[in-house]
Amino acid sequence: MSRQRDDYENSRWRKFRSWIDGEVDPLASGIMIQPPKAPIEKRIEKPKTENPVTLQSESIQDKDREWNQTPEEKKDPEGRGIRWFCRFYQVMSVFLCLSIIFVLLWTIAYLPAFGNAGNPDNNEVSARYIEQGLKETGAVNIVTGMILDYRAFDTFGESCVLFIASCCVLVLLRIDAADGKGSFRDTKNRAKKTKGDPENNIMAEPEAVRTVIARKRLEEADDRLYEPKNDVILQKCACVLVPLIFVFGIYIVLNGHLSPGGGFSGGAVLGSGLIFYLNAFGFKKTEAFFTEKIYRRLTLCALTFYCMAKSYSFFTGANHLKSGIPLGTPGAILSSGLILPLNICVGLVVACTMYAFYALFRKGGM
Amino acid sequence: MKVFEIVLLLSLVVCAVSVAFTKDLLTSIVIFMSYSLIMCVIWVLLQSPDLAITEAAVGAGVTSILFFVTLKKIRAIRREDGHEQAER
Amino acid sequence: MAGMPLFVNIEETVSIILFGVGFTMLMLHRNLIKKIMGMNIMDTAVYLFLAAKGYIKGRMVPIVTDGIQDVSAYINPVPSGLVLTGIVVSVSTTALMLALTIRLYERYGSLDLDQILMRAKEDEEV
Repeated sequence: MSRQRDDYENSRWRKFRSWIDGEVDPLASGIMIQPPKAPIEKRIEKPKTENPVTLQSESIQDKDREWNQTPEEKKDPEGRGIRWFCRFYQVMSVFLCLSIIFVLLWTIAYLPAFGNAGNPDNNEVSARYIEQGLKETGAVNIVTGMILDYRAFDTFGESCVLFIASCCVLVLLRIDAADGKGSFRDTKNRAKKTKGDPENNIMAEPEAVRTVIARKRLEEADDRLYEPKNDVILQKCACVLVPLIFVFGIYIVLNGHLSPGGGFSGGAVLGSGLIFYLNAFGFKKTEAFFTEKIYRRLTLCALTFYCMAKSYSFFTGANHLKSGIPLGTPGAILSSGLILPLNICVGLVVACTMYAFYALFRKGGM
Repeated sequence: MKVFEIVLLLSLVVCAVSVAFTKDLLTSIVIFMSYSLIMCVIWVLLQSPDLAITEAAVGAGVTSILFFVTLKKIRAIRREDGHEQAER
Repeated sequence: MAGMPLFVNIEETVSIILFGVGFTMLMLHRNLIKKIMGMNIMDTAVYLFLAAKGYIKGRMVPIVTDGIQDVSAYINPVPSGLVLTGIVVSVSTTALMLALTIRLYERYGSLDLDQILMRAKEDEEV
């Protein structure tokens, strides 16, 4: 029954499709927009006349100046349209936020009272954890027993998330100190793109200039050169505080099954202690005992051990075999079976990840 | 105790709103740090010291340090740009 | 008495308000670092909500003391376990977002999302 639409290009569906696909500027409908002709020509002309080495920074600063103009300076209707769109966007987002808050508060009004023991979330699951936790896991701290025994694979995934996040940050912020070119992909890409073009005199660009620029940007990105070395106050404070922080962190990790704490919190404390040490004494001293190799080995060993140990205990548990891991007396430091080594593993992973984040942010490498 | 809790919760809201309205990024990061510390105290009141230790080490420590380092890197890049613009 | 449940559940109410503040920051601020902070505030709001749901008045921390293994002695341990892992993951997401911000700043020289989008569009055209 459908008849052929000959004006498909102008139909609403087609417009909607193209808007979804991002072909059409959402501002285009209803608002007059004149394409800025002059600036584009200017920008295209420039490369031919100027030295391409300075071209990149020049063009960025050109753009900078262009966009830093106040709205009054560029008098084209585009500015007005964008401002109108911005205001519309702001009003709509305030409206959306207020409505979300209103709906959620409405829901809160119907929730059961705060701190009431009969609330539906205090069901048989938590009762089971509390009543049987000590007997089944041997951990005095029920939360640790829960996250490292009943839900150990969840925690394993968590540690893997940390590891993957540090890998992603490494990919994003890595600076290859060996040649100084690796991380400046855009410089290289532009050089490659323009190389085939005979009009651009990129071939004549002196190699030395490029390496100088590369080295300059490398130095800028590498924080090792800026760090204040041998700050006496900081070093004296660190001499007193760093051992205390480390002892406290190790205590939290090792007593995770007896007292509040565990792998996550103790690992974070250890990681911040490492960061403090690094700030006080510089990268050279830290690299004496903590390098990228050690980071890789520690994390890999910890994750592998975690995986093996938990697979073993799940395998034996699922097949009703005796795991042969003694639970010990509750309250002793060497008790509760696998929880202590697993806590150490998680603590190592977290500490290494925290330190790796900081080192990568500071100098783009470990 | 209830009054103390209400005061803490109110200051939490005040901190969050002032993070939103502070123009200077450094100031807002410091306010965010204090927000994390207040959160840490609230967790002690809610009877979960595990969370309090983790939040004190992670939220007030590592997260704010990462924000500071990011700000420092961005400031360093901007300073370089500023020099070049001043020369011209 | 429409306001009474909101005042009884004051922890939850505050967490919703914090969630709203964080969401508003995420929507309205154009600065990327402010957006990341808004995201963090939303994170902590959700954690506060969960921890408040697990709290029971007059009960102890879920650490077995004096051999008492009765449900009526301890608060609910499940939300604590959930939030504990969530806090650490929120740090890693924050670090990832900040690393992306640094890369964007190196590439486009701005923290303003609109300017970054404009410049990215221009780069595609050129």
